Amino acid sequence: IDPMLKKRDDFEDILEERRNSSDLKYALRCYTPVLYKGVTPCTSSMLKSMVLQSDQLHYVINQVSKETGKATDDIKEEASAILEEMAQCLQLSTVRFFAFTLSKAFKTLFRSICVNEDGIQRLQQAIQEHPVVLLPSHRSYMDFLLMSYILYTYDVALPVIAAGMDFMGMKFVGEMLRMSGAFFIRRSFGGDKLYWALFSEYVKTMLKNGFAPVEFFLEGTRSRTSKSLTPKLGLLNIVMDPFLKGEVFDVNVVPVSISYERVLEETLYARELLGIPKPKESTSGLFKARKILSEDYGSIHVYFGQPVSVRSLAQGKVNRCQFNLVPRHIPRRPSEDIASFVNDSAYRLVRAQEENMVLKPWVLVASLLLQYHHQNQAAGQKRGIALGELTAQAVWLRDLSRQYGAFLHWPDHIPPSEVVSSSLTLHRGLVRICEDKVQLAVEQGPHSSVAPEEELLSQAVILLSCASYRNQALHVFVRPALLALAIHTASSNQKQEVFNSFSFLRNMFSNEFILCPGATVQDFEEACYLLVKTGALQFTQQEVLVTERGHRTLAFLSTMLDPFLQGYQVVCRFLCEEATETLTEKQFIPAVRKFIKKLLLAGRLRYMEVLSSDLQKNSLAALLRLGAVRKMKG
Amino acid sequence: MDRLFECVNCKLNLCQYLFFHRQEILKWNGWGYSDTRFLFNKKGQAEFTGKRYRLSGMIIPALQNWFEGTFGASVQHKSPAMPILTSSAVQPPTLNEAFVDELKSTGIPCSHDAEDRVFRGHGHCLHEVFALREGKVGRVPDIVVWPNCHNDVVKIVELACKHNVCLIPYGGGTSVSSALECPPEETRCIVSLDTSQMNRILWIDEKNLTAHVEAGIVGQELERLLNESGYCTGHEPDSMEFSSLGGWVATRASGMKKNIYGNIEDLVVHVKMVTPQGVIEKGCQCPRMSTGPDIHHFIMGSEGTLGVVTEVTMKIRPMPEYQKYGSVVFPNFEQGVACLREVAKQRCAPASIRLMDNEQFKFGHALKPQVSSIFTSFLDGLKKFYITKFKGFDPDRLCVATLLFEGDREKVLQHEKQVYDIAAKFGGLAAGEDNGQRGYMLTFVIAYLRDLGMDYYVIGESFETSVPWDRVLDICRNVKARIIQECKDKGVQFSPLSTCRVTQTYDAGACVYFYFAFNYRGLSDPVHVYEQVEHAAREEILANGGSLSHHHGVGKLRKEWMRETISDVGMGMLKSVKNYVDPKNIFGNRNLI
Repeated sequence: IDPMLKKRDDFEDILEERRNSSDLKYALRCYTPVLYKGVTPCTSSMLKSMVLQSDQLHYVINQVSKETGKATDDIKEEASAILEEMAQCLQLSTVRFFAFTLSKAFKTLFRSICVNEDGIQRLQQAIQEHPVVLLPSHRSYMDFLLMSYILYTYDVALPVIAAGMDFMGMKFVGEMLRMSGAFFIRRSFGGDKLYWALFSEYVKTMLKNGFAPVEFFLEGTRSRTSKSLTPKLGLLNIVMDPFLKGEVFDVNVVPVSISYERVLEETLYARELLGIPKPKESTSGLFKARKILSEDYGSIHVYFGQPVSVRSLAQGKVNRCQFNLVPRHIPRRPSEDIASFVNDSAYRLVRAQEENMVLKPWVLVASLLLQYHHQNQAAGQKRGIALGELTAQAVWLRDLSRQYGAFLHWPDHIPPSEVVSSSLTLHRGLVRICEDKVQLAVEQGPHSSVAPEEELLSQAVILLSCASYRNQALHVFVRPALLALAIHTASSNQKQEVFNSFSFLRNMFSNEFILCPGATVQDFEEACYLLVKTGALQFTQQEVLVTERGHRTLAFLSTMLDPFLQGYQVVCRFLCEEATETLTEKQFIPAVRKFIKKLLLAGRLRYMEVLSSDLQKNSLAALLRLGAVRKMKG
Repeated sequence: MDRLFECVNCKLNLCQYLFFHRQEILKWNGWGYSDTRFLFNKKGQAEFTGKRYRLSGMIIPALQNWFEGTFGASVQHKSPAMPILTSSAVQPPTLNEAFVDELKSTGIPCSHDAEDRVFRGHGHCLHEVFALREGKVGRVPDIVVWPNCHNDVVKIVELACKHNVCLIPYGGGTSVSSALECPPEETRCIVSLDTSQMNRILWIDEKNLTAHVEAGIVGQELERLLNESGYCTGHEPDSMEFSSLGGWVATRASGMKKNIYGNIEDLVVHVKMVTPQGVIEKGCQCPRMSTGPDIHHFIMGSEGTLGVVTEVTMKIRPMPEYQKYGSVVFPNFEQGVACLREVAKQRCAPASIRLMDNEQFKFGHALKPQVSSIFTSFLDGLKKFYITKFKGFDPDRLCVATLLFEGDREKVLQHEKQVYDIAAKFGGLAAGEDNGQRGYMLTFVIAYLRDLGMDYYVIGESFETSVPWDRVLDICRNVKARIIQECKDKGVQFSPLSTCRVTQTYDAGACVYFYFAFNYRGLSDPVHVYEQVEHAAREEILANGGSLSHHHGVGKLRKEWMRETISDVGMGMLKSVKNYVDPKNIFGNRNLI
């Protein structure tokens, strides 16, 4: 399908009404959402007892009792306590409180919160027909409050949300969140059968009874890089299970793409990636964040995607008869076909999120500025790029990204130069403009008195922040960029050679970008299609030829991947040169970071981005997967 | 005894009529007796014609509304059937002259008259009846033969082997699995072996409570004759007015009152079957044996692929002293299923217990005949008020279970109390004998209703499965929803009727019946759409842990799922039996495997 033909809905700003009418009235207004047609009316406490009385739980309690010798009554008590710690207790009054306070906060923080109303209507319909799972992208703490806020605004059933236990560290806030529908999961509970049984049964019970839409983050955690993260499968497995076992006719999964023009946690993330430790979530910490309130964070776009029927996803991929021979309440490892089905679906859903992420002009500007920065640095120049030239480049990139199907919000009625300068203004913390020249705000000036390492880190914060904006556009460019890089690195222009090289790169980077497993050929074809369509490539019988005008595109694309390439290279180098003895997982990041800092300070590496622990972890995971590195127990 | 379908003409031996021209009293292109049908009269009111059934001759005032409302159909839009069969539509027979000559010399009656052949070339699947209504006839048997006894069958099978013709046994013709369809690829002469003349009870053994019966006897006739001696078999499949003993054995039939009397496999003591290799039967009439795999289980369910069942020794029981109907209304289907499960757990199921879902409950209501006295209608109104207003049952969710108790009067009453007490635990309210009786009547007239639907652009069918208890609710919900979704996807304009009922309970599960029908106006190939939906529904059944069939059999309609149902080795076993018993595929209806 031609990505140009992707139809997307229009947006509506929900803050507009908030600015014109009473927040109190809004918070107290009549709220009557449409519910699932098969809903069994029940309260939060009834849910808990349903879980505790389920066959699944009985089975696991008996199993645990046999294994540990503990009395079943004791285990039951333990289970009840775990459930107490886990369960949500959604209360409309708390939601109303949030509706009021968030209205105030959102109005100061954001210019607009734009929502596609058609998507909301599709969601309403979906909720009525089948149990619904909401899968928002995760870039900020704001995400789930924002989701509930929007759903409240549109009179849609409020979700219950799987949240990490770390929130519970904040006593008061934790309880508030619990009352607004959050339920809490421990981050790791590897072998704990009882915990797993309670948790999965709890989620399934809410889903099957149509108690509320279940919301969780497929990426597992907030992406610190703005790149989508490799999906986590645990919860997806759980919510698909009732369909696969025939306990519900279907489950509707709704990917939601939340795009922030400026992420609240922008520099916080960069610091975290650089190893400046993450502040523990604490209530007082949150209030300290009040200074955030004085800043302009632009607008938010929330796109509710097309509901995906799990039934149609599973059509022809899963043989549901496999559950016929064992009672369904006995926990079993998912079979191979189910595991790969869930994995494929997870990738498809993350891609569906990516597709509807709104890209602001700044994303393109940041990509360009980063490339300029590195080129100039290599050439020893320290001047920025002229605003006019930057604008021209941005317009070129705007057209290119549109041809690649990007969901770009570029206001066409405003002159491009104004578009560019207004995005520069919003992100003034990251750029510096002097004498009409634009550059990244990394230069500390000659009289800088700080230590070189500290200076390096503060520059890296800016670069990583910028990179996180560029990363927002990566999903648009990654396939053609891999092809561009493949052409660049292949030993000849032979089609087969280029494909082999593409396939190698794609395989290597499959921990880094969202590349659906087993879709190498499709990805290659998509990349070829886009580059041929835009006139950058030509194909003969045997060869791949770069056209005259294609050089610019291909150079841009492959440069986009350069930092990643260098990151993987430097990790390999580290492992070859430094890691002579076996390394524990914990030691790896600090050691590689130290190694990289040394190289950077010596001017032997071009990209500061390679300092990102995300990049380092991904490359280690890739090397592990490719068998270049081995994991040993003990 | 209160018989539901009470055939008024029963004094006449039905089987005499069924001799050469069954079609004289039975429809050639629809269900049942020619004189019995539903129609909308000039006033638009539904009427049930004839005199054979309790409902016969009555006006059914609510049916039109229900019909039009449920299907979006209109009594103004008719889709009438071709009134008569044109002989030119029937291909001339391919006769094996040598076989026919030798057959004639035996004196066994036979015919290659077009009507006789067409009548025996189909069962009652939707596509079969739909084609007949349009006057379309595919491959049909080339000759029909009427053996009079076991020895006649032996002769016919010998001749068939000698001359290599294809034999297709024909009993009551009520198959709903395409089992009677002639394989279009069959090039040999196809002989339909009609067992209807083998309809005698050969002996009754009152010491052992068994009866030895020829396999061509039809269910209601068997019961009538046994009743004359004070006995019954108690085997009452819904098709028992027309289906035959041999057919029951060949398809592993199940009867409504199996809770007391058992299914066919529990009732059969001895079977005689004529195969190309000779006659297969056990050497004694013992109640149970440990002599390797039971050879009866090669015969039961063989669907005419191995031979012809000619004689059966069946268990009989003294006729029950007392019978009582009953019904229970539940607030919803879930509660109803829970109650049936509990009844099964306590092993106290009455002769029959069936649970209809809400749609079927409404359907049953639409079939209420015009009430004669103001008093009954007043009572009805009061009952409705009590259930919906006072008890707070939602009329769009409530469902009803129908019950039939049988036995000593005292025990029946005791049993009844036990069942109603269990029902009360699940919110069930006793709703009277009338409702129960009407529910069972529905069973016999529902097949006639399909013909009415087909007169007005509505087609439909029922199909069944069996399923473990823990999956009953899931399978009911999912299959009904699948039907609705598939209809929508296939362009059916108006949402279909998609309904189910639990008709039998077992220790480990239940039998579930689905009914589905839709208005096909605007569809260019309604039968194809119907078949796609039914196919999808069967896939859904299997995916939800249901069986390929509880009692209808496999025939040719469900063959494609046999391998996954019984495994490769299982298929191999069945095939090797077929290869030994019938290496030349004389019994070539190609059912089952």
